[in-house]
Amino acid sequence: MPRPGSAQRWAAVAGRWGCRLLALLLLVPGPGGASEITFELPDNAKQCFYEDIAQGTKCTLEFQVITGGHYDVDCRLEDPDGKVLYKEMKKQYDSFTFTASKNGTYKFCFSNEFSTFTHKTVYFDFQVGEDPPLFPSENRVSALTQMESACVSIHEALKSVIDYQTHFRLREAQGRSRAEDLNTRVAY
Amino acid sequence: MRTLLLVLWLATRGSALYFHIGETEKKCFIEEIPDETMVIGNYRTQLYDKQREEYQPATPGLGMFVEVKDPEDKVILARQYGSEGRFTFTSHTPGEHQICLHSSSTKFSLFAGGMLRVHLDIQVGEHANDYAEIAAKDKLSELQLRVRQLVEQVEQIQKEQNYQRWREERFRQTSESTNQRVLWWSILQTLILVAIGVWQMRHLKSFFEAKKLV
Repeated sequence: MPRPGSAQRWAAVAGRWGCRLLALLLLVPGPGGASEITFELPDNAKQCFYEDIAQGTKCTLEFQVITGGHYDVDCRLEDPDGKVLYKEMKKQYDSFTFTASKNGTYKFCFSNEFSTFTHKTVYFDFQVGEDPPLFPSENRVSALTQMESACVSIHEALKSVIDYQTHFRLREAQGRSRAEDLNTRVAY
Repeated sequence: MRTLLLVLWLATRGSALYFHIGETEKKCFIEEIPDETMVIGNYRTQLYDKQREEYQPATPGLGMFVEVKDPEDKVILARQYGSEGRFTFTSHTPGEHQICLHSSSTKFSLFAGGMLRVHLDIQVGEHANDYAEIAAKDKLSELQLRVRQLVEQVEQIQKEQNYQRWREERFRQTSESTNQRVLWWSILQTLILVAIGVWQMRHLKSFFEAKKLV
């Protein structure tokens, strides 16, 4: 007859630690990620996006107007309590970095309400925290080898190359849309 | 208690960027991508429950209609998905692809004038790769997987550069066409001006001759 006490004791201990571990996990900021979206903002319209962010996460919001009118838009970023963290009117492009001071839903809105007939195409890139690690079950105890750290630095460098390419593509799209407008206007 | 914590933890992991959409509203997103690039979109919808005054996790009967158009306005994907879905497409021509979403539910009175919350996540190119799957399928070590990621990134950069060359050519053609049009228009205007001037001189001369002043 096996001792009934030990198995139950182990289960109780595991249960307690499991509970504490989960509670701890809640405090750790999530892996994060980036959302890059290009959308059309009709005239007199306002478009808002929301994201749940954990406290202490470093976030960056970057936006650029690609086509439409004077290539400007109003942007506003609010924290979960409604406090305005960033507010700019008629901006063509900007980048704003902040660290989330509290848990909750952060909201950012783009407004084209000042324009009567031009609709705008807006691109934004909202980076929350760090990119998720390559290995989902990563729990490295040992340091990275030289090869691996070289790979990590190349990866970061390539990420910034891709980022610059995106900016270049957006600028070129802006220039090209102006040129195409000019081309049609000259014909009239 | 434990299950509650687990659910809360999972909830924070699962939420991406979200926005609100009305019942008949159509939201479109533009992705300017080079050719042979894979795009994966994940979305999750939540309906506002007026009684509880919060968004319910999942409602059956909700659906989203996803339509993807290529740069030539040809529809390459037009499918109905459930309240949670994942759509994938690969671009065959470089340019602006348009991804449009609008809600379509099987039950008519589901909305009742409310808003639908849509969580959306669009991954393009190298970000669309699932490295865990690639590592398992090709049995790659950590280092090999990292190098594979670098290779994918460099391929994406190459594709983007090619696309850039194509766009620059289009831009140059547009500029040259504008230049031609301006040139022809100014020549035409000068000719018209000269012609009018000549006609005016002749008309005045015959007028003065008629009046016996010259």
